[in-house]
Amino acid sequence: MKRDEIRKAVLEELSNIAPDIDMAGFDDTADVQDEYDLDSMDAVNLLTAIHKRLKVNVPDRDYARMRSIAELVDYLEQHQA
Amino acid sequence: MSDFMMPSMGADMDEGTLVEWKVRPGDKVGKGQIIASVDTTKVVLDIEVFESGVVEALYIDEGTKVDVGTPIARIGDGSHIEEGISAPSEKAEKSGPEKAEPEPEARADVAEKARPTEKPVPPVTSGRQPASPAARRKARERGIDLAGITGTGEGGAVVLADLESAEAKAKGKPAAGFNPDSMRQTIAAAMSRSKREIPHYYLATTVDLHAAEAWLEDYNQGKPPKERLLMAALLMKAAALALVKYPDLNGFYREQGFVAADTVNLGMAVNLRGGGLVAPAILGADSLALPALMARLQDLVSRARSGGLRSTEMSQGTATVTSLGERGVDTVYGVIYPPQVAMVGFGRVHRRPVVVDDAIAAHTAVNISLAADHRVCDGHLGALFLNYIEKLLQKPEAL
Repeated sequence: MKRDEIRKAVLEELSNIAPDIDMAGFDDTADVQDEYDLDSMDAVNLLTAIHKRLKVNVPDRDYARMRSIAELVDYLEQHQA
Repeated sequence: MSDFMMPSMGADMDEGTLVEWKVRPGDKVGKGQIIASVDTTKVVLDIEVFESGVVEALYIDEGTKVDVGTPIARIGDGSHIEEGISAPSEKAEKSGPEKAEPEPEARADVAEKARPTEKPVPPVTSGRQPASPAARRKARERGIDLAGITGTGEGGAVVLADLESAEAKAKGKPAAGFNPDSMRQTIAAAMSRSKREIPHYYLATTVDLHAAEAWLEDYNQGKPPKERLLMAALLMKAAALALVKYPDLNGFYREQGFVAADTVNLGMAVNLRGGGLVAPAILGADSLALPALMARLQDLVSRARSGGLRSTEMSQGTATVTSLGERGVDTVYGVIYPPQVAMVGFGRVHRRPVVVDDAIAAHTAVNISLAADHRVCDGHLGALFLNYIEKLLQKPEAL
């Protein structure tokens, strides 16, 4: 999968979890916790959706190091099946 | 036969708009079945019946605002079924979760109060998609084409909730019934009452989560995200078990004084995207295993944010927890949600220096606080309670 396809999939899943986020002006490099108010429950839901859709199982330990969607997309690009 | 009354939906909600009937006259219902959804100022709730029988009559038209305790339907043996919307029967006994007695002129009162809450909008045609009558009407009013909406009702029928989530998605706004101003007023009323009536006392302690964190990491290792646990589940389970041991913190304070509950229905303050909060409860939290508790937690948060909470979840909480810690504060001191008598607060879970034996080590820890009702118990008991939570969290495998 190409990077922009991964990004599109991630943003779609994020939008399902947090419909209030304005996806049009989404900032990939912003801290998702501070800027988009994602809590740990949202994170579990996002990782679950990503696992289902992209078949990549992101361990908590790795996710804990990521701050932004750009970092998550990088990770998924490197680890995709 | 008996009249089913609009049930209580929590201390801060005394009326609601009946948005959709999920049953029709002649339908059989079982105890606990959802028969209607009601829009409170905070959220759309699913209303459950408390007895089994046959729906004989519906008294309230969809879109009508009704007070808690108002008869809304009649449940009986099915011998007197009335189609459409009918007036309450004089003979029916009252039934409901609360003793809420409607005054004799209740019916006139309801009629007077009855006001449709939706403003009509020019109609637009809808497709042949199966849909509930209320969803169809709303779609017509709002000019939404049902054909483009995925239904989750019986046989794929579009129900109101589908319409609302489709609309919410389209607008990027939180789902239905949400009005920030009335939400604020509702919270203001409940919290003012709490601070006016309840003499709070506050305690807090720092709890080392080194063992809990190691156990959690080991547990989650290699598991798909869906099966993982969050620290929140461990904290809530520990709080629930401690509430069993200290029943003076678990129950309701009403006119007659305090009555301890025999089960722990653990309320959880859920922050709603777009503002405000609700505190639905996990019923019987003390007896749930961690994976089940985690699943309930996830389910509750998602329903709190998208609609579909049940009236029992809103009214039967026996104590509440709040975890503002994820927003970066070390300690949170709660305001008790009446008629409950305790609020447990979890602060930020993060690494900090703690003394281990004779040295300082960096361990993950959390500040746990208690706000409790001084009419019911004293700080001594509160301290024992917090220390017991601490003890439980040192043996996470036993939770």
